[in-house]
Amino acid sequence: MPAPIIKVKDLTFRYDKRSEKETLANVSFTIDKGEWVAIVGHNGSGKSTLARLLVGLLVPQSGLITIAGRELNDESKWDLRRRIGMVFQNPDNQFIGTTVQDDVAFCLENLNMSFDEMKARVDEALEMVDMSSFREHDPSRLSGGQKQRVAIAGILALKPDVLILDEALVMLDPRSRRELLASLQQLRTTQNITIISITHDMNEAAAADRILMLREGHIEKCGPPQHVFQGEIEWEPPFAERLRRTLLKRNRSVPNRYMTEEEMVQWLWK
Amino acid sequence: MAMEVIFDNVSADYQLGPIRSPLVLHSVDVTIKSGSYTAVVGYTGAGKSSFLKAMNGLLLPKEGQISIGTSVIKPDKNKKALKSIRKRVGMVFQFPESQLFAETVEKDICFGPINFGVPKTEAKEIAKQVLEQVGLQQDILKKSPFSLSGGQKRRVAIAGILAIKPDILVLDEPGAGLDPNGRKEIMDLISSWHRDRGMTTVLVTHDMEDVVTYADRVIVMEKGQVVLHDDVEKVFSNHEQLEKWHLDVPDARRFQLNFEKKTGILLPKVCLTIDDLADAFIEVGLA
Amino acid sequence: MNKLILGRYFPGDSWIHQLDPRSKLLACIYFIFVLFLANNWQTYALLWIFTLVVMYLSGVSFKTYLRGVRPLIWLILFTVFLQVLFTSGGTIYVDWGPITISEFGITNGIYIFCRFVMIVFVSTVVTLTTKPIDLTDGINSLLRPLRALKVPVDEFALMLSISLRFIPNLLDETQKVMDAQAARGTEFGEGSLVKQMKTLVPIFLPLFVSSLNRAEELANAMEVRGYQSGEKRSTFRRLTWQKRDTLCLLFMLALTAGLAFLRADGSILH
Repeated sequence: MPAPIIKVKDLTFRYDKRSEKETLANVSFTIDKGEWVAIVGHNGSGKSTLARLLVGLLVPQSGLITIAGRELNDESKWDLRRRIGMVFQNPDNQFIGTTVQDDVAFCLENLNMSFDEMKARVDEALEMVDMSSFREHDPSRLSGGQKQRVAIAGILALKPDVLILDEALVMLDPRSRRELLASLQQLRTTQNITIISITHDMNEAAAADRILMLREGHIEKCGPPQHVFQGEIEWEPPFAERLRRTLLKRNRSVPNRYMTEEEMVQWLWK
Repeated sequence: MAMEVIFDNVSADYQLGPIRSPLVLHSVDVTIKSGSYTAVVGYTGAGKSSFLKAMNGLLLPKEGQISIGTSVIKPDKNKKALKSIRKRVGMVFQFPESQLFAETVEKDICFGPINFGVPKTEAKEIAKQVLEQVGLQQDILKKSPFSLSGGQKRRVAIAGILAIKPDILVLDEPGAGLDPNGRKEIMDLISSWHRDRGMTTVLVTHDMEDVVTYADRVIVMEKGQVVLHDDVEKVFSNHEQLEKWHLDVPDARRFQLNFEKKTGILLPKVCLTIDDLADAFIEVGLA
Repeated sequence: MNKLILGRYFPGDSWIHQLDPRSKLLACIYFIFVLFLANNWQTYALLWIFTLVVMYLSGVSFKTYLRGVRPLIWLILFTVFLQVLFTSGGTIYVDWGPITISEFGITNGIYIFCRFVMIVFVSTVVTLTTKPIDLTDGINSLLRPLRALKVPVDEFALMLSISLRFIPNLLDETQKVMDAQAARGTEFGEGSLVKQMKTLVPIFLPLFVSSLNRAEELANAMEVRGYQSGEKRSTFRRLTWQKRDTLCLLFMLALTAGLAFLRADGSILH
């Protein structure tokens, strides 16, 4: 039985301390080791705020965040940042190094790691994201998708438990998004890393084991994709589900449950 | 008013100091019909941005010429003439909100019209109108553009171009970086502008769903050349060619190709939308 | 901007290219000082031979070096002009009221011209054969001892390397904003000085705002990746001092000896 790697209890956060409006209000949930959880919500739902709270960039007004059994606070955050890393939305504004390998090495330098160990980890991390042949490239020669891979490698070099993607695919074209998503799924299997993806792309969310739907600071729905998308009208569901609903509307005898693309192909093929 | 755009054997490059770059546009011969909605697609570096910039003289042709209606851009085009062309070709670059600079939204929207000689009071009136057309409230006019949300900033930026009252609208990925709802709203806005005014619209995009949903013609570019210029359905029917040009296809088409490859069962037509797929599967009796 | 050769990097693998940036920097600075040992045509000839050999070894065409001098030519000629007019001694060639041109004046004028041009050439050799980031690493390494005096050398080095990394981005953004404003009817370089200054506001303001935004996002990314100012960090980029670097410094000593020998102050050759 996988143990929770992240425990969030009664988390409350307000950007403007004077106002009544709570960006996050008493949010509680747990995430198990190796799980892929997607956090979805409209702008202002609190999803990005939640991500920042999880890496200690923001301090909650009240509530508790526990990562790998340890409470997240001002003292522990620096240590915990070795266990939980985040990739941001803008591929350029998180690329610090002059070249790909310099950037991946950045967080290892911060840990005052020896050169030999750094070299080994950088090579390993670049291999994991298929960017080994780009190690000496400077960022102006990389596409958005490639830069995001480097960002992911930079976090993987720390050998963390959790990887948070804060709308990390939003600025990429659809094809790069699909490719990166596939790479992440593979990474999850080979590295057993826990993934939290903050997104409003339902195709991205459908790749997750569980979806947390936030609305105005509260968790509105929580569960596996088939559970969350069933009967969901506000969010446009993933492709295969839309096809199923279209066929349903035309009175075709499609199964009355959420289906993935694979399942759809199988059913049509019979 | 005939607002056709004709590229006549246009080649262009960039001059960087003493160095001339390789050709970014190579003997481009293309006619964009008045009132059409054309999507320009192609792999990164294919020349799409150069193609756009050539349309309002930001990139002057080295050879050949570009006609915008009755005005012509030639290699030696003078500045005054270019300015009048820029009034007619409204260009919305990617992430247009990054060009906002004025103290108030009103001043920023009026910037374009005033540059083109519109008197201030008239410009302010226009600002009010376009603001409504992009779906924003009038009370935003006096606010600083930097105090707005991302989606609002983008609309203000687009309003700033619409305020110029161009005859052609050229856009580079207007929905980039927005959430699905935001994207849809902006794309619908552009679409209604296109329909209501018969405005010739050119859209550079990587999103094939947008191409299928909104455009009627597609220009495919590769290595600075136009390799295909045809109707939407015809362009997507040849998927080997599209592979060669590193192009994506709409989700429905991808599903179809994946299905056909896995099962060996061919569907009767090229499916570009979910409705097409539903029709096709029903027709072959699989659904 | 594009005509400025001083400061540009020309990739290559010449002997000079492969030198450690520290030896190049030290040699260059030393050269500038040792120039003042020259006081007769023999010493200047030796210096010229040295300079031309170094330029040849760099593998970059002489034409490029000449282009580097061109922007400075007026400054150089002006200084020469002053030298000629205000140094007197030896045979008088021209005596025309307040203007006196003497033998010493001409000689000194030529010497000053040589010094100037040689300094430009040698500095250009350094910048043409050394990547900006390597130069930064070199400067950082040489200034390391200042850390004992609490000078934040490492922080400056990081600031410098991040600034360098973003130069292409800034140039790109500037072009994009200029294009966008030109599309809205702005005419650059036209009209009165005041009018031209006004057209710069729609360029600078957006760039400024975007830079602030970038700074914030970078700071967040750096913090999440464990960067703490003041904490001890290792470096992934390493400079290795090799035999050729020691050789380079030995050449400088040889040059000094040569100059001392050839100097005009009662030595053997005169």
